[in-house]
Amino acid sequence: MEWRRLEEEAFKTAGFLSVSLVLLCLLAMIAAVLLKGLPALSVEMITETPRSGFYLGGGGGVLNAIVGSIYLAAGGTALAFVMSLPTALFLQREYSGGGRIAEAVRLVLDILWGVPSIVYGAFGFIIMLSLGLRASLLGGIISLAFVVFPIMTRSIDEILQTVPQDLKEVSYAVGATRFETTWSVTLRQAAPGILTGIIIAFGRGIGDAASILFTAGYTDKVPSSLMEPAASLPLAIFFQFGTPFQGVQERAYASAVILLVVILVLTSAARMLGKASRRNMIV
Amino acid sequence: MRKTSILVDKAAGAVTRIFALAAVSILVLITLGLLLKSGLILSRETPSQLLLSSEWKPSRGVFGFYPFITGTLLVTFVTMLFSVPLCLMSAIYLAEYAGGRFRSLVKSGIDTLAGIPSVIFGLWGVVFIVPFVRDYLAPAFGYETSGYCILSGAMVLSVMVVPIMLSIMEEIIASVPQDLREASFALGATRWQTVKKVVLRKASPGIMSAVILGFSRAFGETMAVLMVVGNVAMHAKSPFDPVYPLTALIANNYGEMLSIPEFESAMMFAALLLLVIVVAFDAVGRAILSRMKAEAY
Repeated sequence: MEWRRLEEEAFKTAGFLSVSLVLLCLLAMIAAVLLKGLPALSVEMITETPRSGFYLGGGGGVLNAIVGSIYLAAGGTALAFVMSLPTALFLQREYSGGGRIAEAVRLVLDILWGVPSIVYGAFGFIIMLSLGLRASLLGGIISLAFVVFPIMTRSIDEILQTVPQDLKEVSYAVGATRFETTWSVTLRQAAPGILTGIIIAFGRGIGDAASILFTAGYTDKVPSSLMEPAASLPLAIFFQFGTPFQGVQERAYASAVILLVVILVLTSAARMLGKASRRNMIV
Repeated sequence: MRKTSILVDKAAGAVTRIFALAAVSILVLITLGLLLKSGLILSRETPSQLLLSSEWKPSRGVFGFYPFITGTLLVTFVTMLFSVPLCLMSAIYLAEYAGGRFRSLVKSGIDTLAGIPSVIFGLWGVVFIVPFVRDYLAPAFGYETSGYCILSGAMVLSVMVVPIMLSIMEEIIASVPQDLREASFALGATRWQTVKKVVLRKASPGIMSAVILGFSRAFGETMAVLMVVGNVAMHAKSPFDPVYPLTALIANNYGEMLSIPEFESAMMFAALLLLVIVVAFDAVGRAILSRMKAEAY
């Protein structure tokens, strides 16, 4: 065979192997967590808070972390959504005229997306201290909102951009104002996509640990107010894994299974919703 | 009726402007907040002392970040050594050779990868990568290691940066105009020759920006790195030595922050360093991408 064909085949194979390696790592990760975690998973893990001596191998579960994580991620996502929706609307042509200003805001959002979550954690810590708060559910919610805000805004922005201009113009033609059009045409058309964006943001929020490390604290109780500290699944995994006791480490894997299942369900829900919404869109 | 509609519309427009302004000011506020909190440490020591000294004596208020900065840089560079070829080869394969079904399978795999929390990457690193490095890789090169080292950190991180790096590279390569490829085929070039001489040349600024964005992602990653790099502030002589990255330093010392003001200030300075570097990298990477996008239209 000719040299250049040989070269082609070699690189093609190398490319295929690279892609396979990436997929293999993903599968290995999921398999490792399931293999290690499933045997340690029990009903007790999901329905009970830690009993005394839990971190030495005592009984109980991680209900505190499951509920804490849901509170934190839901709160953070809701808070971020309040900012995301108007910001994403601003990026559209009918609000900012598109063009340079919108591009500049998009650039800043992309940069915010890249800011490490530990930096948001440090910033959340500063806000917390200046408001006179202690590590609490509220502190965690604020920090998480910063983490998911750019992700959510950019995905809502992308969805809003797909709403056809014609559709809006029909609405203008019957005398609706810009906001009326946004409210009853654009947002309605984009609703499934916006929901997808919210789910993705929620998934990111529930998995993030570095931003809530200083701000949400950790507790064995299920928080009953915004001012109480809140446990979270990622930190439950991290802390349990850090103990020298094998039984506790096994529970870290079990907690990881819970977190992984939540994430996988959210990811596939977002994907299915994306597909379903494309089918029903007016194009 | 008509008047209220117009008023509501004006108000809605104003609200979007206010929120967009607030969004942009987050970046300014974070920088100012961290700068303000670093004030104490910046007033005591010169920047060069903070950045270039290795002396770390928190009890006497001496903070030299040099080993932590080099720790972060070492892990990040080794990560790039793995992830750049891996992502580039994958991106070329996906954009040029793979069929539609395989490509969408891989894309949903990468979406899933992007959503996996970093603690789970860390767990995988401890269970899989660390023993692999300790029992197989290090002995093969004649080293002895606990497995918690630069190499393990880099291996975990190179999988973590795949979603951002690979997806940008793939998009950029796929967006190279078909005409250019066909012109090359018409001259008798094979697909690989076309990729090498035409497609990659056209796509090179975008590939560069993908590398920059991947670098900054790896630079700021915390939990997974923290779990596998060993966290020992020493002068690393080989990839099998542990390091103590900046992010891990901040994460491990939050307990001390509340009690010692100098310590809090030092940690905020570390966060500021991270922010400045990551923002600078991201700004360059994103600017290249948006310029390429503008040129394409």
